Amino acid sequence: MAITRPSVRRRPRPEIVARRVSDPPPGWLGWITTTDHKRIGILYLVATFGFFLLGGTEALLLRLQLGAPNNNLLSPEKYNALMTMHGTTMVFLFVVPVWAGFANYMVPLMIGARDMAFPRLNALSFWLLLAGGIVFYASLFFSPPEAGWTSYSPLSTGDYIPGNGQDAWIYLVHLTGLSSALGALNLIVTIKNMRAPGMGWGRLPLFVWAVLTQSVMLVVVLPAVAMAATLMLTDRHFGTCFFSSACGGSPLLYQHLFWFFGHPEVYIMILPGFGVISEVLPVFARKPIFGYKAIAASTVGIALISMLVWAHHMFTVPVAPVVLAFFMIASMLVAVPTGVKVLNWVATLWRGTIEFTTPLYFAAGFLAMFTLGGITGVMLAVYPIDWQVHDTYFVVAHFHYVLVAGSVNAILAALYYWYPKMTGRAMSERLGKLSFWLTFAGFNATFLVQHSLGLSGMPRRIYRYEDLGNWAILNQISTAGSFILALGVLVTVYNAVRSLKRGRRVGPDPWRANTLEWFVPSPPPPHNFDAIPRVRSLEPMRDIRRTIEQATGESQTRCASEPVGPKAGHAG
Amino acid sequence: MRAGAATAVVLMSGPASAWGDALTPESGGSPNADQIDSLYKIVLYVAIAVFVGVEGTLVYFLVRFRARRGRVAAQIHGNTRLEIGWTVAAALIVVGLTIVTFAKLGAITNPASGPVAVAAPIAPGGVTAAVAQPPAGQAALRIRVMGLQYIWRFEYPNGVLAYEEMVVPTNTTVLLDIVSEDVAHSWWIPKLGGKADALPGYTNHTWFRVARPAVFRGQCAELCGRNHADMIAHVRAVPPDRYQAWLAGQQREIAQARRLARQARPDQTSTPSRP
Repeated sequence: MAITRPSVRRRPRPEIVARRVSDPPPGWLGWITTTDHKRIGILYLVATFGFFLLGGTEALLLRLQLGAPNNNLLSPEKYNALMTMHGTTMVFLFVVPVWAGFANYMVPLMIGARDMAFPRLNALSFWLLLAGGIVFYASLFFSPPEAGWTSYSPLSTGDYIPGNGQDAWIYLVHLTGLSSALGALNLIVTIKNMRAPGMGWGRLPLFVWAVLTQSVMLVVVLPAVAMAATLMLTDRHFGTCFFSSACGGSPLLYQHLFWFFGHPEVYIMILPGFGVISEVLPVFARKPIFGYKAIAASTVGIALISMLVWAHHMFTVPVAPVVLAFFMIASMLVAVPTGVKVLNWVATLWRGTIEFTTPLYFAAGFLAMFTLGGITGVMLAVYPIDWQVHDTYFVVAHFHYVLVAGSVNAILAALYYWYPKMTGRAMSERLGKLSFWLTFAGFNATFLVQHSLGLSGMPRRIYRYEDLGNWAILNQISTAGSFILALGVLVTVYNAVRSLKRGRRVGPDPWRANTLEWFVPSPPPPHNFDAIPRVRSLEPMRDIRRTIEQATGESQTRCASEPVGPKAGHAG
Repeated sequence: MRAGAATAVVLMSGPASAWGDALTPESGGSPNADQIDSLYKIVLYVAIAVFVGVEGTLVYFLVRFRARRGRVAAQIHGNTRLEIGWTVAAALIVVGLTIVTFAKLGAITNPASGPVAVAAPIAPGGVTAAVAQPPAGQAALRIRVMGLQYIWRFEYPNGVLAYEEMVVPTNTTVLLDIVSEDVAHSWWIPKLGGKADALPGYTNHTWFRVARPAVFRGQCAELCGRNHADMIAHVRAVPPDRYQAWLAGQQREIAQARRLARQARPDQTSTPSRP
């Protein structure tokens, strides 16, 4: 029997096909019934920035309490509750879902799709997130959780904290986890199947690479924390004994399960930020990204290695020496692809013509400060050093350099960069730069001194401290800095709200950027693209501008003498 | 090596003020803390070099290549040789730090040898990462450290108990077996070395050795509940003869307290309702 070769057949590109188009209901009903990825993206962004302000307020209260030695502003139970709410909010309700918001809005536009692959699932993801946030914050009216965002057992499982706040935390982990997992699956399927014709893996924008990698990580590691939270729930209420050594369980099991999720979670929070930096730098240096393949490959490399480093959070528990050695080397190895990225970004600026717009300010601030967070990360990986600085303010400083100077700077860069696309109006550059300098100064004042606090023996998570050595003055500097940082964030919030009505109108491509989202009007119509352009390179908009130039003879490249920023945008 | 470390200490401590030690971990109490401090300094110097290199280049590029009239951006897509170069350089730094760490590790985890003032044979115990077994034939003092919400309890070999303040003899290797009865705590006296978590169901280990009489302060480093901040511990190192006197005094006091308790409640031993 002759074997016929399967014929090489072009698979049709999946698309969202509308059989019937009806106008969305007007007003708030339109928002709560929407399945449009752009509206869902806005919902995500508004909700997560709301949680960001809540988490920030909690942080300011903590800093007020720590502003003076032996302070009595907050009772220990209030301090522990606020500390738990702050950490949990920032991780589960701000940084992870804010990226879901940007990804929701931008990924379909950047890959030339008309919506996400599963629009209704997309809406479900958002509402699950909001439900998680509401359930968690409802505990404020009863008894909020007090065991920290890490919620170590036995403190979280035994009868050590009155009230049932811990159950609100478990509920939040499940709801936001389900939200993230569904959202991640949606993004994976969308990116895999719905790219514009010609957009091979080598032409995928680096933000989309980062989101894809992050989504795969979420799908892999979320089950671990779901497991940890479920076992915690049954330990608390059904007499199981998974985490208690008194009856055959192990508190170390909880720590392993939690950090198997918890460490990759750090990269889940930073990878899309890396993606934003990789988009913003080339646009404003007017130069292609330096080493596209290296950056894409290092994204995947970071994801792989970051799932093998979790026990570096557990260097002080009783473990075998080989565990310490393995996790030290693995943790330091993560620094290699991360370092490669940083050097590639710096090289992207080399011989460019850098335009100092607000997104570039935040991207440069990211580079400057994230580098310090990365370096202290390597120091922490050396486990004898970790024995000294683990669970101190040195660690607090380290992860705020990664999460605030890293992720939050990237989030603000993304906000200033994409705001004109989402609203059709530009945010004020003047306020933007003011916000940058305030957050930059405030952030460093808050967290730089905390390295020294930790090195001089101040543990984290203590609600008060004695007047020892430099503790009082360093804490005062830190508290003062936190209010400057908060002011900087408020300037951006004000800028965003004010620009909705009063921002200058911009065309489709105010920054003269490279990727497909700038091809469509600002804000984009519900169906995104009338016609989806064929992608011929990593920078399709550059190709399109060149084509227009050839056809019309009109220069589409910016002269360096032109004023920078949205003012220079051509009204498309 | 030691001369180098000494120079480093002089360099880092600078003017005699509380700020001299602002960039390094606490040290000066026990050899393991000193060794961690010197390992930290090596890593810190590498870190400073990398930081200054990256930040300097970044700032230089931001200033040098800002948009100006007539300047055109070079359309460079990358440079494979350069990229491989810095990947290898980053990997070499990692390899170097790993080698330095393992070279230093023995001095941090192996209890120091030296004259032994208090001879008490060491019971066989587990070798864990934070403390290797001391060389055979050497004697040391072994204390069981128990974390309780919110106080540290110290159990001495002869049954003597102490709370909050641990009294130890100078020039003696003190081995700690760290346990917990309730939630997770973490034993940490910064000048006497790194942390060791106290977890219910596990025994953790660390050690220290103090040369001169002194008092060291530390506090619980793992969130253990509402009054975690108040779980302070002190280690008071005294000359061996005064340690023996303290031990005898404690023993007497405990015996007297037991006697008094028996007098007050003669049927205590037969009463099952004792909590």
